[in-house]
This record gives sequence, C-alpha cells and structure tokens, in this order.
Amino acid sequence: MESIYLTIVLAPLAAAAIAGLLGSKIGRAGAHSVTILGVAISFALSLYVLWGLAFGDAEPYNGNVYEWAKIGNVTIAVGFLIDNLTALMMVVVTSVSLAVHVYTIGYMHDDPGYQRFFSYISLFTFSMLMLVMSNNLMQLFFGWEAVGLVSYLLIGFWFKRPSAVFANLKAFLVNRVGDFGFLLGIATLLYFAGSLDYAEIFAQAERIQGETINLWGATAVSALTVACICLFVGAMGKSAQVPLHVWLPDSMEGPTPISALIHAATMVTAGIFMVARMSPLFELSEAALAFVIVIGATTAFFMGLLGLVQQDIKRVVAYSTLSQLGYMTVALGASAYAASIFHLMTHAFFKALLFLAAGSVIIAMHHEQDIRKMGGLRKYLPITYWTFVIGTLALIGFPGFSGFFSKDALIEAVHASSLPGSGYAYWCVLLGVFVTALYSFRLLFVVFHGEERMDHHTKEHLHETPAVVTGPLIALAVPSVIVGWLTIEPILFGGFFEGAIFVRPEHDVLGEVGAEFHGPGAFVAHALTHSVTVYLAAAGALVAWFLYLKRPEIPGQLLERAGALYRLLANKYYFDWINENVIARATRAVGTGLWRVGDQLLIDGLIVNGSARAVGAIASAARRVQSGYLYHYAFAMVIALAALIGWFALRG
Amino acid sequence: MDWPILSILIWLPIAAGIVVLAIGSERAVLGKQVALGASVLTFVLSVPLYTDFDTSTAALQFVEQVPWIERFNVFYHLGVDGISMPLILLTTFLTPLVVIAGWEVIKLRPAQYFASFLLLEGMMIGVFAAVDGLLFYIFWEAMLVPMFIIIGIWGGERRIYATMKFFLYTFFGSVFMLVALIYMYLKGGSYSIPDLHALPLSMQEQTLIFLAFLIAFAVKVPMWPVHTWLPDAHVEAPTGGSVILAAILLKMGGYGFVRFSMPIAPDASDALSWLMIALSLIAIVYIAVVALVQQDMKKLIAYSSIAHMGFVTLGFFVIYEMATSGDGALFALQGGMVQMISHGLVSGALFLCVGVLYDRMHTREISAYGGVANSMPKFAAFMVLFAMANVGLPGTSGFVGEFFVILGSYQANFWLAFCAATILVLGAAYTLWMVRRVVYGEVGNEHVAAMPDVDRREFFILGVLAVSVLLLGVWPAPLVDVMDATLTNLLEQVTRSKL
Repeated sequence: MESIYLTIVLAPLAAAAIAGLLGSKIGRAGAHSVTILGVAISFALSLYVLWGLAFGDAEPYNGNVYEWAKIGNVTIAVGFLIDNLTALMMVVVTSVSLAVHVYTIGYMHDDPGYQRFFSYISLFTFSMLMLVMSNNLMQLFFGWEAVGLVSYLLIGFWFKRPSAVFANLKAFLVNRVGDFGFLLGIATLLYFAGSLDYAEIFAQAERIQGETINLWGATAVSALTVACICLFVGAMGKSAQVPLHVWLPDSMEGPTPISALIHAATMVTAGIFMVARMSPLFELSEAALAFVIVIGATTAFFMGLLGLVQQDIKRVVAYSTLSQLGYMTVALGASAYAASIFHLMTHAFFKALLFLAAGSVIIAMHHEQDIRKMGGLRKYLPITYWTFVIGTLALIGFPGFSGFFSKDALIEAVHASSLPGSGYAYWCVLLGVFVTALYSFRLLFVVFHGEERMDHHTKEHLHETPAVVTGPLIALAVPSVIVGWLTIEPILFGGFFEGAIFVRPEHDVLGEVGAEFHGPGAFVAHALTHSVTVYLAAAGALVAWFLYLKRPEIPGQLLERAGALYRLLANKYYFDWINENVIARATRAVGTGLWRVGDQLLIDGLIVNGSARAVGAIASAARRVQSGYLYHYAFAMVIALAALIGWFALRG
Repeated sequence: MDWPILSILIWLPIAAGIVVLAIGSERAVLGKQVALGASVLTFVLSVPLYTDFDTSTAALQFVEQVPWIERFNVFYHLGVDGISMPLILLTTFLTPLVVIAGWEVIKLRPAQYFASFLLLEGMMIGVFAAVDGLLFYIFWEAMLVPMFIIIGIWGGERRIYATMKFFLYTFFGSVFMLVALIYMYLKGGSYSIPDLHALPLSMQEQTLIFLAFLIAFAVKVPMWPVHTWLPDAHVEAPTGGSVILAAILLKMGGYGFVRFSMPIAPDASDALSWLMIALSLIAIVYIAVVALVQQDMKKLIAYSSIAHMGFVTLGFFVIYEMATSGDGALFALQGGMVQMISHGLVSGALFLCVGVLYDRMHTREISAYGGVANSMPKFAAFMVLFAMANVGLPGTSGFVGEFFVILGSYQANFWLAFCAATILVLGAAYTLWMVRRVVYGEVGNEHVAAMPDVDRREFFILGVLAVSVLLLGVWPAPLVDVMDATLTNLLEQVTRSKL
C-alpha cells in the first residue's frame, strides 16, 4: 500500500516540477495536461483508498517512509497515517483540486503566467496531501508551512499589483503568528511525550494530562491545556479565526481558482483537520475546548455580519468562508469533531462552487468584481446562475441540500453540549444562520437579479463562460446537493471516524443527536417541525428579498440611520487599522530606535568610535614621548619588561 | 589513512594561491582557471572526509601529528571530528562557488583577488582542522589578512573604515584568546586541545579563561553588543568576501565555543550560561527588529545573520539550563550545529543574490529596485527560495536548525522557546518585506527593466546552492548522523564539572 500513498503525494509534486521548471518547453497545453494528469492520478487513487477503508476490508495504515533525523532517543520520520479521517480529506482535497485545475484552463486563459500557475496549484495539492497524510507533527508542520508558502505565492500571483503583494505578505505574517503558537505546541508535546509521532503522543495523553508547567511564577498550568491551546493558535492562523482572520479577506487578491481551492475548500480547513486529528489531546482539556468554542463562535457570527456590507463579490464569499470556518471550529469545541469534518466536506464542495461561480461572473464581467456594477446577470449566465443558486441554497442550509445536514447536525450538537462556552456558541451559530441567509441572498439578488447596472460595453459582451469553466461548476454542484443526504448517516452516526477521532463518552454530543436520528428523510422532517434554523434561514432570505429586490432604496436609508454600526462593520471592527497603525508601526519605530540609538549612537558612536578617539588622544599624548631617540625606546621597553617579570614573579 | 588528507586540503589551496599570484593579473584567464581548478580539486579531495568518516565515534579522525616547535611542545597536529568535518566541507564546497561568482565581475587585479580566496580557504580549513591550540591560533590570525585585503582592495567606498573596524574588532578579540592559551600552556605544558580539555582549572581560572575566549568568539559570531563591525564589513565587502564572511568566518565563533570555551571551562560556562542565553536572545529579538528597518540589502542580510547566529549560541548554552539526561540538550546542540551549516548556505546564497543585482545596478539600496521579477523571473525564483530558507520554511535547511533549537530550548524553559520562536514572525517580516520591495511590484524604473536575467554562470551557482538547501531541509539525517556521536560525547564532556 505504501507505494500507492507515495504515488498520491508524488504525482502532483512531479507535475508541479515539470510545469514549473520546463514550463517554457512544454507550453501551455503541456503544463495543464501534466498537472491535471498528476492530480487525476491522486484523485483516483485517493478514491480507491477511501473505498477500501469505507467499504472494503482495508485496515488503517501507519508507517514511516524514511527517517528524517534522529536526535538521541527521538526519531523524526516522514510517514503516512491513512485512516478514514485522512482518506476523506484526501478525496476532498484532490477532487476540489481536480475541478479547479480544469477550471483554471478557462479562468487563466489569457494570463502570461499560465504555466507558473499550474505549477503552483499542483505544488499546493502535494503540500496539502503531505499535511493530511502525515503521521507525525514535523511533517504536519512541513505541510502546514508549505501550503502557507504556496498561498503566499498565489495571493501574490499578480505580483505587479501593489494590493496583491501587500496581501500576500500580510497573509504570510499573520499565519506565522499562528505558526509561532503551533511550534510551541509541538515543543510542548515533544517535551512531555518525548516523540513527535501521533500514535506515541496519543498513547501518553492520559499521562500528560497530569503534568503541569509553571508559566507564571508558581502557577501550575496543565501541560495538555498549554499544548492544545498553542496548537489551536496555529489553527487560528491557518483557519482564519478571530483575531488572526485578517489575512483571509485580503487573500482574495489572488486569482479566483485559488480562492476556491486554497482559501475556501482546503488550506483554510487545515486547522480544523488538525484539531480533529488531535482529538485524543483536546478531549482531555476542557479549558482548551472552551477556548476553541468561544473563538469559533465569535468568528462564526461576527465575521458573517461583515459579509453584509461588502461590495466585492469575492469578499462577500470570503467573509462567508470565515463565518463557516467559525462553525466548524465551534463544532470542534463542542467535541463534535465528526460534525466539524462533515461540515468541512460539504463546505468544500459548495464553497468551491460559489467561488468558481463568482469567478465565472468575473470572467463574464471582464474582471469586474464590484457587485454594484452587476445586476440581472441570470439571463446572460444561466448555468452560472443555477449553479450559484445551488451553492447558495447549500450554504444557507436549505432542507435536503448538503449544507443543511452538516450545519443542522452541528447546531444540534452544540445545543446538546454542556461544555463551558457552549451556551454563547449556540446563540452565535443560531443567529449566524439568519445572517448567512441574509448576505447570501443579498449577493444572489444584487448580482443576478434586479436592474442591470453594468456599462454598455460590458453588457454587449456578456455571455456564458466556456465549458471548461461551467463543467467544474456542474461537477461541484452535484455533491453540493447530494453529498449530505448520502453520507450523514455513516459519517456522523455510523462510527465512520472510529479509531481516527476520539471522543470521551461524557462529551459525546453527536451520540445524543444520533439517538434521535432515523434516516436523512426523517432528519429533514424533524428539522421542519422541531427546529428554528430552517425558519431563521428562510427569514434571512425573505429579508434579503425585501431589502434588495422589493425595496432596494431601504438599505441606503438604513446605513444613514445606523452610521456608527455601519462604520464599525465597514472598517471590519478596526482590526486592520490596529495591526497597521499600532503593531506594525510600533515595531518599525522600535527597530529604528534600537538601530539609531542602540547600534549607531551607543555602541558605535560611544564605545567603538569613542574608544578610537580615546586611543587617538592617548596617541597624541604618547607622541610627545616619541622623541625619536633610541635610548628612550629602549628605556621604555626595559621598564615594561621589568614590570612583566615582576608581575609573574609576584604571582608565582 | 594512507595520505595526509587534511594537510593536502590546507596546503593545496595555499600553494595554488601562490601560483595564481605568480601567474599575475596580466594572464588573468589562466590565473582564474588555476584558481577554479584548485578549488574544485580541493572540494573533490575533501569528499572522502565525509564518505570515509566513522560516524560511530567521537574520536578525532584523519589525524596527522608531527612535532613542530618541540621546545614549546607545539605540534603540527590535525584531525577532525563530527563538529569540524561538516564545517570543512562547507568551506571546500563554497570556495569554488565564490571563485565562479567572481569570474567575470572582478576586473581589478584579478590574480590577487582569486589568490586571496585560495589562501583564505587553506587557512580556514586549518582553523577547523587544527588540534593544537597554537596552530589554531596562527591560522585564526593569519586568516584575517586575506579577508582584510579582500575588503580593503575590492570593497566599496567606505572600505577603509570597514576594514579597520573589522580588523581591530577581531584582532582585539583574539588577543585575549592568545593570553588564555598561553596561560593554560604555562599551567599544563601543552597546547594540544585534548590536553586543554583535560586541564584541571579552578572556578576563578575557568571564569577568566571563559571571558577571554568569549571576547574572541563573541566578536566573530558576532554577538550583541560587539556586532556592529559586521554590517559595515558586509556592506563594503565584494560579493565573494561577504559570502565567505557570512558563511564561514562567522562560524568560527560558534566553533570556538564548542571547541574551546565549553569543554575547557565547563563550570564557568554553566555559571555564565544566563549571560550567553541573554545575549543570544537579544541577538534574536533586538537584531531582528533592527533588521526590519534597514534600507540596504546587505545590511539587512547582515543583521539577519546576527539574529540567526543567535540561534547557534542559544543552542549551545541553553544545555546548561536543563537536565542532560533528556534529549533536549542534544536537540539544542544539534540545532546549533545544523544552524551553522545551514546559515552558511543560505546567507551565502542571499549575498550572492545581492551580488547578482549589484553587478547590474551598482547599488544595494532596496528602494532602487522594485519589480525585479518582471525582468528577471529566474532570479526572482531563486531569491524567493533563499528568502524562504532564511525565514526557516520547513523543507529548507533553514528550518532544521531553528526547529531543533526551539524544541531544545523549550526543555529548559517555556519562555526561552517563546522568545526564540519570535524569529518565525520577525524573520519572515524583515526577509519578505525586502523581497516584496525588491522582487515584486511594477518595474521600479528603466534600469530594472533593462536588467538581464541570470546567465548560465549565475544560474549554476544559485542552482547548486538551491539544491543543497532543499536537500538538507528534506533530509537532514546525513548531516545530523555524522555529528551525533561527537555531540553526544561533547554533551557529556561540557557538563562534567572540573571542580
């Protein structure tokens, strides 16, 4: 089996190398053919692996490929852990990646960096696979940073744009703040477990739970809580949780295919995956879980609100992504890891769909992204429109669509949780449903319905995008509708993640939800009769209809009335302002200060050049002694020698 | 051991350097060819040091010993262990690249230029291979001369100021080392480093000796606050000089700590480890913040070097803050060593990148560039790769050392690791901010637009370094394994009290 896993990761890497290094020789068609082939191989084999684990008699695999380094008794290896959690992630990553590869042929059609782009996205697929398939923390960190690198390269893909090279630096730095925590988490686990291997660490989880660290004076803190919170800080960076979320909206400066692949479907879910993977540790620390759930809930609700005031089609979807990542994080905090991964999967499909559909709109609009210049597009872009509708319905949780199952199960699980913070989280995710529907339908109505606000020239050239663009939309629309119905039962309530995800019996909220579960049909019926979520979503959609189609003059009036609130939202709660004007500026000021005062004035000016001046002064004094008479020198030497001998004699 | 491999590695380049001098600048092409041939041959001959190295022992290997100045018990005594062998390989690996880097660039007195590097190479190998303290000291001091000449003749406008500062700083530092060596000779009757390791010393003696060595090595590393010569030296040095300076000369400071200070004065090292750790953390945090505001590419990389070398000294001295029974101390030591090798490759590569730009534009000001990726896409790819290695991205060599040191430091204290790990953010900030201003963006001006991409010669140098940086990142075991036995032994040695 090991050779299959190696092929899965190496096929995209080889393709990336070929497209990247030989891009000019193999040409455009060569570049996209080879990378699509590489990802297709990975996808097919990933499906085979998942099939074997889910339906066949394949056993989970845990083995090392090679020894990376051995320090003392600690062996750090590169290896694979392939269980149901990993296999599911592999299929999600490679399937979305494949769709995005095909779509890119259309989206990047005229771009001079065509081959480079394909090379990057294949490299991304490799990195992401390394991340999810790892069996140890070192390799996880490798994948973690490698996807960050590719994200950096792709956000700055159009490197001539100042906004793009600002955004990619910002993304990298904010992620590094997260990685800073992540690395300390890894160091904590190495210290207490003496290994970086998952299996070895998990085997000692109970023991580590009893260990403590003194962080502040004599205050002993649970080592496991420190480890989990540090790891989660890494997840906050990668999965864009408040307050490390600031990079994700700006990452929309990158080409749309990567917004779909990296900044919606896969990379940003790495943090979610990591916490699920580390469930044997998080389960043992309620403090860490409470931290997770509060951060997640805050992100889910407050970032959703920001989606209401955005005017850029991609940024609306980006804030939606932030909010949905918050939902997944809430589920993690509620110990409903399976629900979180389930939502991760459905979200990967429908959010990739929404991004790619948005990209299709952008192509049709000649790279115009301002929704105020759109409107009435549904008659020009029928396929894009209907796939966008499907994505929207899945996102808001329309009964029967994939997002409905994952989100409803998730909310039920949070409701059932009794962990600290779950009460707050429940209200956040519940109100979030209304907000989600409101911004989603706002976007749908403003872009595809109503008055046509684009200029004459654009309107003349409006037509449906080519098949390489619409094909992936249709391909993603299918799972966006059906995957929830088909898989909710095995994934959430069928023990699919048994052995991969660990939940303590007293935290098993999904078990409680599952007790009420009698098939997907009954689940829909139950939601319609016993739950408010569907009605909240409907209310959101209705309000959107009223505000943006029926009475489009009202939003403007509302903004005038609610000036302070609007400014708060329009300025994104002032996170960026604080980062740029306080943190970044203060750091540079400190740097300048230390350099000018510390290095130049004190060390160089006073000590180095000062001592040089002192030497000069002594020398000019000595010049008087320098009489030029030989016997003066001889005399000085004799005295010096005598002094030296005297010193040795007195000592010895 | 059939032939004196270490002697050959030392004297072959020195002899070749003299030949090149004799050939003279009138026949520069021949001189360059000899220089290249000799440096490549030296590298090829150094490969058996790795392939024939016995990784299971901490004992000195490839030993040569003949009496030299019998009256003072001085020996021409050479040998390598797991600490010095990788550093010698780093030297022999980089010298040919430096020769190639100067191939078309150096127009002024080329023979002397290339000869200087060959002489320097032989002396640097001598420093790492010397087992006799006095021999070590002689190579250590002699090495300053070619470096002094390289900066002083082929340097920039303020080269005289920079060379004086460089020379005085380092010379000032090494005088104290000589005093310490003579003191120990008077006491023990031997300059042999193993004898010095075994020499019983009181706490007071150890402290004074430690401080004397500290002045010499801290200047070389350089550690805060005796670091200010380095940015000036780098700014004025020609590209090749900067590469050797950053890649190898700085390593001698780190090497000195593990070869002399710690084993000779273990109790003083233990007692003063707080000072060393504090200075290391200042280097990591303070210097990184200073690097952020630099406007000159070479200055920025020079400050970055100081910060990265902070990891070396942190890795070495943090071992005194933890139980040596665990693996943390070994992690820290390994980290410091790997960091030295990796920094040699990465900082060398970055200075070569700056050199490529400087050869085209004749300025190192960041603001003079912008959008280089438009006119030099291949170069941009290299620059971004090496920048990422400098940032410590996993998969590059830059990650390995920092990772180990942070993991090791954690075992001493959470907050030590916390401070050290700030490099993740600060290192990325200053490095990538420079990349953003130099490589990305619209074409800055017509000069940038006219810059040709790297030629085959430059592509070769950067390509070789890129492959090494990636290989070492993806698979550090070949390096870690050769150092393992030596470092395990060293750890035992430097923590055994002499009192």
